[in-house]
Amino acid sequence: MSELVISGLRATVAGREILRGVDLTVRSGEVHAVMGPNGAGKSTLSAVVMGRSGYEVTAGSVTLDGEDVLAMPTWQRAVAGLHLVMQYPTEVPGVALHDVMVEALGSRGRDTGSMRDRLVAEAGRIGFEERFLDRALNVDLSGGEKKRNETLQLAMLEPRIAILDELDSGLDIDALRDCSRRVEEMSNVTERPLGVLAITHYNRLLTELKPDQVHILVRGRIVASGGPELATTLETDGYAAFVEGSDDGGDEADTAAEPGSALDDLFRI
Amino acid sequence: MARLRDLPLPSADEEIWRYSRIDALDPTSFEVDADAVTVDGGEGFVSVGTRVEIAAEPDVFAEANSEHQHTVLIDVPRGEVVAEPIVITHRSSPGTATFPRTVVRVGENAEVTIIERFSSVDPGSALVCPVLSAEVSPAGRVNYLATNDLDVEAWQVGHQLISGDRDSSVRLSTVTLGGHYTRVRTEARSTGPGASTKQVALYFAGGDQMHDFRVIQDHDAPHTSSDLLFKGAVQDRARSVYTGLISIREHARGTAAYQTNRNLTLSAGAWAESVPNLDIRTNDVKCSHASTVGPIDDDQRFYLESRGVPPETAERLVVLGFFEEVLDQLPAGPHADELRSAVAAKLDLGGDRR
Repeated sequence: MSELVISGLRATVAGREILRGVDLTVRSGEVHAVMGPNGAGKSTLSAVVMGRSGYEVTAGSVTLDGEDVLAMPTWQRAVAGLHLVMQYPTEVPGVALHDVMVEALGSRGRDTGSMRDRLVAEAGRIGFEERFLDRALNVDLSGGEKKRNETLQLAMLEPRIAILDELDSGLDIDALRDCSRRVEEMSNVTERPLGVLAITHYNRLLTELKPDQVHILVRGRIVASGGPELATTLETDGYAAFVEGSDDGGDEADTAAEPGSALDDLFRI
Repeated sequence: MARLRDLPLPSADEEIWRYSRIDALDPTSFEVDADAVTVDGGEGFVSVGTRVEIAAEPDVFAEANSEHQHTVLIDVPRGEVVAEPIVITHRSSPGTATFPRTVVRVGENAEVTIIERFSSVDPGSALVCPVLSAEVSPAGRVNYLATNDLDVEAWQVGHQLISGDRDSSVRLSTVTLGGHYTRVRTEARSTGPGASTKQVALYFAGGDQMHDFRVIQDHDAPHTSSDLLFKGAVQDRARSVYTGLISIREHARGTAAYQTNRNLTLSAGAWAESVPNLDIRTNDVKCSHASTVGPIDDDQRFYLESRGVPPETAERLVVLGFFEEVLDQLPAGPHADELRSAVAAKLDLGGDRR
């Protein structure tokens, strides 16, 4: 049983406070959805937990099974059992998926044998065409193929907790189904089930990936948490109530989110 | 052996020698020696030791090469296809000045692949002034690779003079890892309609090395094409220079010419200069140039590290990946993996990082 505990997390980007006290706990086998309008700090949350440069943590803590995640460099966070599925997977020209998986599993002290066969088998499970395995990482892949590739890596690396940053962006309905079903499977296995923190803008991911809990992130804070019905409420009513409820004036954490306007439209697409 | 005479050297004040180390070169510290050369393959097409004059001598080093030349002549008559690559290996000894000359004549519709390797017998300073002259007849095809693995104290000042006639195909590749100062000046001229040239280069300097490339893509006939991809990396205190010129003459209408130069600076103390130039004398052309100098992309590094790849390994993967685009296009055949390993071995990871 693993546990990612985010506690009172505050973080700034270029001097602007984007996360303003986030509390969240994700355990093995649980699926948590974090939803929120543009600019709420969703991607910042994933970047800070994974240790991307350019973000400064000003308060709070992040632990994985009691270990101080924030004290580790990025690669050690991954080795410790965290994984980030990126919203926009980076193209790495000339670097083969095979080689990255060998290095990534090697650094964990895990078996790196029969890598090609394992990749082919895993690719088959999520509908990632075998020929794409030989392309450089994310180069010349469509949005959907990139997300299948991300999901394939997730399955190969078998982390304890996965953060899915907008897994549903830029991918067609078939790829969405294939990717989210694979994640769902991983969270339901009996031995070491995956804990999932799914950051999403739209409800459609959650029709495939059933969340145990839904959290609404607005202006750097979780303003509401509840069961799956919370996502349904959002679907009908939009963010207006949550956004207004969190408005304490003088807030500069959010430039993109105009209360009760564009957001509602976005969420009804 | 006799000492090399005191050559009337150019000065780094001249534009074509700008940034170079020419001011630090003392030719008289070297003794002129015969080039220690071996040639494998190409039986019946190769002769060694015959003097051959070349069309132009762009500078004093080319002139000295004419004087002291040790020449490998590759003559492929009309219609002949040399099946296997011809491999020319030069081994330079400390204290010597050598003047290898490779002259390639490719007949009409003939084809040849040549791999020319420059290396050192022992550590120490030496001077190598090679000249490559290639004349490719209509519809002829030449695929040429030069590798430089000279000792880090050696000097190389080389010239490549290539001309391709109608519908010819010229591919020039370079892999430079060696030398204290390695300079190659390349003039690739298309002299007949339909001629095409493609140039790729990989260069990687570390320590106090400097690599210096001056390249001209000269379009001297209509409907010709050229493409160039030079990728370099510098680490520690190393330096590199790429200056390229696409020259499209007035009568070279319908021409397409591209040049791309990308550089990775892997240490704070390393320095790379990239100067692409265009000289276009007609309107009817397609032309582009791109040039970048900078460190490893943070996003690429983060992506690999977020998978659990340690920083040094991530850096190695990104740098090798960066070069893969060039390695992939080399005619090196069995040598490709060897070159890949040599590049990997050179990466000074965990050293003087930014």
